[in-house]
Amino acid sequence: MKIELTEEQKLLQENVRRFAEEVVRPRAKEIDESGEFPRSFFDQAGELGLAGVSVPEEYGGAGMDAVSYCIVIEEISRVCATSGVILSVNNSLVCDPLLKFGTEEQKKEFLTPLAAGQKLGCFALTEPGAGSDPAGIRTTARRDGDDYVLDGNKIFITNGTDADVALVFASVDLEKKHKGITCFIVPADTPGYSHGTHEFKLGVNASGTTELAFQGMRIPARYRLGEEGEGFKVAMFTLDGGRIGIAAQAVGIAQGAFEEALAYSQEREQFGSHLSDFQAIQFYLADMSTELDAARLLTWKAAWAKENQKRFTVEASQAKLFASEMAQRVTNKALQIHGGYGYTKEYNVERYFRDARITEIYEGTSEIQKMVIADWVLNKA
Amino acid sequence: MAVLTEPMSANAETTGTTQSGVDFSFTEDQQLLRDEVRRFAVERIQPGAAERDRKHIFPTDIFQEMGEMGLLGMLVPEEYGGAGTDTLAYLLAVEEISRVDAAVAVTMSVTNSVCCWPIVHFGSEELKRKVLPALATGEAVGGFGLTEPGAGSDAGSLKTTARRDGDFWVLNGEKAWITNAGYAKYFVVLARTNPEAGKRGLSAFVVPADSPGFSVGNPEEKMGLKSSLTAQIYFTDCRVPAGNLLGQEGQGLKIALATLDHSRLGIGAQAAGIHQRALELAVAYARERVQFGQPIAGNQAIQFKIAQIATELAASRALTYAAAVQEHTKQAGRLAAQAKVYASEAANRACQESLQIHGGNGFHDDYEISRLYRDVRVTTIYEGTSEMQRLVIARSLLGR
Repeated sequence: MKIELTEEQKLLQENVRRFAEEVVRPRAKEIDESGEFPRSFFDQAGELGLAGVSVPEEYGGAGMDAVSYCIVIEEISRVCATSGVILSVNNSLVCDPLLKFGTEEQKKEFLTPLAAGQKLGCFALTEPGAGSDPAGIRTTARRDGDDYVLDGNKIFITNGTDADVALVFASVDLEKKHKGITCFIVPADTPGYSHGTHEFKLGVNASGTTELAFQGMRIPARYRLGEEGEGFKVAMFTLDGGRIGIAAQAVGIAQGAFEEALAYSQEREQFGSHLSDFQAIQFYLADMSTELDAARLLTWKAAWAKENQKRFTVEASQAKLFASEMAQRVTNKALQIHGGYGYTKEYNVERYFRDARITEIYEGTSEIQKMVIADWVLNKA
Repeated sequence: MAVLTEPMSANAETTGTTQSGVDFSFTEDQQLLRDEVRRFAVERIQPGAAERDRKHIFPTDIFQEMGEMGLLGMLVPEEYGGAGTDTLAYLLAVEEISRVDAAVAVTMSVTNSVCCWPIVHFGSEELKRKVLPALATGEAVGGFGLTEPGAGSDAGSLKTTARRDGDFWVLNGEKAWITNAGYAKYFVVLARTNPEAGKRGLSAFVVPADSPGFSVGNPEEKMGLKSSLTAQIYFTDCRVPAGNLLGQEGQGLKIALATLDHSRLGIGAQAAGIHQRALELAVAYARERVQFGQPIAGNQAIQFKIAQIATELAASRALTYAAAVQEHTKQAGRLAAQAKVYASEAANRACQESLQIHGGNGFHDDYEISRLYRDVRVTTIYEGTSEMQRLVIARSLLGR
């Protein structure tokens, strides 16, 4: 047992923090309000190796370990949760499955530009009728010679307005339920592919979340990721890893809100004292920091398990469940410490508070995480 | 714009698992020790736990065996008869003992953490040679006398005095809530040596239970940990050799606070052990109890309670183990306080929810969870209440 970052990880943390402070923070408020997808942020992050942190260098990535990846997502989310999720999706939900399941040709054609940040990826699983229960997707893929023809709709697709490449899950046989699900790599310029426009949301407002539609969309069979019917497995593996990214995002959001609350409590005076002199405020801060530390440890533990090829499904679910709910509590208390000012757009905490909410929902709701954990504790442990 | 230079993009050979700075695995020694302690706990401690609780029996035979196994002087270097294990291994052992009997664990934790530990770190060579071998081998268990009837969280206000008289210190006063009182042979005791000097006027002593002027009150009737001994101790012109002073005169509060920073990890581990057992009992009961034609484990409400208990246990352990391996850093005090407050409160929630899963049976003495529910309650109180932990954490955050 050791809780100490390597020199490389410390340097990475410093460098990403500097990038976050100098480049990402100044635009965080503006893109939250406008909803404009920060493509230039992604381009710059890509140049720094942040688009494919754990992808080997031979495929355009930074070749770093899973804990380093957590550090990247935490540091970016600490100043801008929208930017954090854009990176998390490209890294965890697109690069990761391509690396794990892709053929050599697929890696060269798609993974390399995605990991280098030259292309932006999105992950298209959710549909209007299939959220937590992805086995119920209705998008179909019909084999036609050397091609598949896809028809259907996807919703809530992060990066969807700007993505160059989508991983699309479709069924080759609806009768087979989850055993019919198959994953396809779809370039966004494929005829029959279309996406919606920006949708306003409670938080992470500039993440390009929108719907995708496929109409008679013809995809060559060589763009199929994995085998026919393997899509469910691909999705589940991918989401296990993605949950670590969302846990890191939640830790980053909470860390950002906590720091602002800690600073504010030492500036703001009421009753002739600083807020930080009041025991109630001190206890809020104590609990916030304790839960933050616990969440970061659980996140790193899941990342460590993944990095060392250990079983990490339950660890990732626990990290995601704990960190997202922690972020909810911590951002709520951070806003409370700011009082009325916290409810205004003059301060950042209202944005952190709104942004934290989604971490309990996407990439598996808290309820799905509890189902995963309970199944393991009750039936497998 | 910041440019991320070379180290940002690591070479393939430097990205292996060995380069990863964080490591959540245990060493082989730690695992072996945990397995051995678990076996001992299950075979020797678990079978009589319910009866000892009911009849308030303090199991001296078990402490004899634990001493022989080295479990009472785990942090004592081998040269003084101890086991010389690392802190994390010690915590794993406390957890295993707590899992089967929290009352046995408190005697173990007190002897190791608040008696042996300050003697190892602040005792003179002569004193260490005199008392540590007995404590480390189970010949004696230890105690810690800080709390007084009027000085609990506010330890600095204690009233027991120690006056120098030639080659002796003469102690007068009383201490309350003293674990192991009536059986322990040595106590680390805090007393005021300079009435003018406030917090700097306290000193720490090792007081043998056979010292003239030392006496013990009747065992307290407690809500939980019923088979552990808790009583007041009294000093009436109690004479202690001058060499039994720990550290320097006036360093008492510093020694007490350092000791508590360390010992909080033991309570974190104790809480985690109880928490683990509460989870096991919930799982077993949920699987076997049938209502509405199916085991209650089939209900999502029950499943989610179990998921929550398991997740919070993972968080408690992470905080406790992480604090242990960072105990020599500047943040050690805050980390230990975080581990203690979180683990103890999470264990309380776990016992509450596990008992709820047991329904009416959980309220019956025949079911183990009812004992856990009583035993766990004190973990948010002793060795610094939750409120004191939050103060320690907040002061550290605010740089005070």
